[in-house]
Amino acid sequence: MNSLTSIAPNRLLEQGRKAAVMLKISELSKVILLPFIGIAIFLVMWTVTANSIDTSLGKFPGPVAVVEQFENLYSEHVTEREKAQAFYQRQDERNAARLAKDPSYEVKIRNYTGKETFWDQIVTSLVTVMSGFILAAVIAIPLGIWMGLSRSLQAAINPIIQIFKPVSPLAWLPLVTMVVSAVYVSPDPMVSKSFINSMLTVTLCSVWPMIINTAIGVSSIDNDLINVSKVLRLSAITHVQKIVLPASIPMIFTGMRLSLGVAWMVLIAAEMLAQNPGLGKFVWDEFQNGSSDSLARIMAAVVVIGFIGFLLDRGILALQRWVSWDQ
Amino acid sequence: MSSFLEISGVDMVFPTPKGSFTALKDVNLKINKGEFVSLIGHSGCGKSTVLNIVAGLYQASSGGVILKNAEVKEPGPERAVVFQNHSLLPWLSTYQNVELAVKKVFSGKMSKTEMKQWIEHNLQLVHMDHAMHKRPGEISGGMKQRVGIARALAMQPEVLLMDEPFGALDALTRAHMQDSLMEIQSQLNNTVIMITHDVDEAVLLSDKIVMMTNGPEATVGEILSVKLERPRNRLALAQDTEYNRLRSEVLKFLYEKQRKVQSFTNKQASKMQGMSQQTSHKAIKVISS
Repeated sequence: MNSLTSIAPNRLLEQGRKAAVMLKISELSKVILLPFIGIAIFLVMWTVTANSIDTSLGKFPGPVAVVEQFENLYSEHVTEREKAQAFYQRQDERNAARLAKDPSYEVKIRNYTGKETFWDQIVTSLVTVMSGFILAAVIAIPLGIWMGLSRSLQAAINPIIQIFKPVSPLAWLPLVTMVVSAVYVSPDPMVSKSFINSMLTVTLCSVWPMIINTAIGVSSIDNDLINVSKVLRLSAITHVQKIVLPASIPMIFTGMRLSLGVAWMVLIAAEMLAQNPGLGKFVWDEFQNGSSDSLARIMAAVVVIGFIGFLLDRGILALQRWVSWDQ
Repeated sequence: MSSFLEISGVDMVFPTPKGSFTALKDVNLKINKGEFVSLIGHSGCGKSTVLNIVAGLYQASSGGVILKNAEVKEPGPERAVVFQNHSLLPWLSTYQNVELAVKKVFSGKMSKTEMKQWIEHNLQLVHMDHAMHKRPGEISGGMKQRVGIARALAMQPEVLLMDEPFGALDALTRAHMQDSLMEIQSQLNNTVIMITHDVDEAVLLSDKIVMMTNGPEATVGEILSVKLERPRNRLALAQDTEYNRLRSEVLKFLYEKQRKVQSFTNKQASKMQGMSQQTSHKAIKVISS
């Protein structure tokens, strides 16, 4: 009996340890192994299916072809940057030489006007989508709060929102283009028309989910909290600042996440048509180009578009964690 | 002589899709300064409506409320409300919750350090100074209610209105809170109107118990004066004949004179359905207490 009692706890301890290790392994496999297996299966299926699709531009690109094109896109970017650097160096040398000859010479600096690289296009797309999204937020959040506070305003505006919300960016774009070219006339424009067109289209499509969610968030604030505000006789501004805004922050962020997703999706279509030098234009140009690499390059862009969309969503989520009290 | 707080001839009619619903009919009540008054009655009898009218959150259809010779027209911090479910702002710490009220009421009258001391003093009063920088989500239900009371007290109200302040708490916590409230009341001697459906709570805490008849057209049924010595001790009172007499008076009113008749006329049926859960919950509580 005494031998049993002395052994049993050790054995229990060991069993416990084993169980803990097993648990950790199963957790790890859920986080790493299973997604890995999923991706692997997907790549195999992609390769097999791609091989059996023949297009006028050759076989549909498989993962290997896409990776190759990533390498190409990167090396094109590097060469283009080297060219640019060489151009500026030559320009500097030339200017220095002319200055040495003639000190009264006014130095002219010209910008390098080479081809946009894939990387430049990603940056352009990000700048465009964020500008459009921020403009939408600046309009949507105050309007949503106002709507949430006033039932009459909500009743008045709601039908308009419901009708405009499902409109495709492709329908807005021609209108935006015509209005912008009529209104935005300047001999030395700060930003190109194609940028404004894409940005406004993004705004027009991404403003609605933010308005709706903000309005819902504000109108569903706990009545007791509103009564607290009434008992304290908070002024309208303080009421919005101290009660309404913090209470509806979670819903506002839900709207922002939905909107940013919409914005990023809309942007690619808008850039295609507006010829804004971003990822959408890249896809369009490759399609028009029709070389044997085009499909693989477009597929590479698809992967990048998806990945950036994912990162944008995570970015908003991180911002929400940082700002919101309930996370 | 006019009394401190007077509710006179208050009717309350709510418009409903099926026509108007008269919740209150000719409610009259006079309350003196420093008095602790309980409103008791079956659920749905309009106790909360009375309280909300005094708070100014509802406007009486006719009649009105006069506080210190001035008519109540809108909510204000001189009639602080302790809500049933604490209604603290969940994104602020307990200190900040009280601060919001203190800043609004005393800005310009107190310096910053005075305000800080006053907030801390009120949190000490309800024994919550240890959790000053915790958010409502991090403390228990009883603690939240204490902070809710501290916030109301910190406004230095003329009348403290409490809407079933301990209704959502378990029996032990509730007893604790009642003792705390009596302790605070012995120091501050506030004028308090409290809604309750707990007979023991009403007798233990009150100077006056206002028993309301059942709605619709609810009104004040009987008023019972509680002249028990203070400080009151719940254990000692359990043996007290006067305490038990008062207790049975209230019970008699609630269960004999105002028995809930289960007649399901069209109007009541829909109302009862929504309330059935709440009612059964309350009924269990009364039986167990």
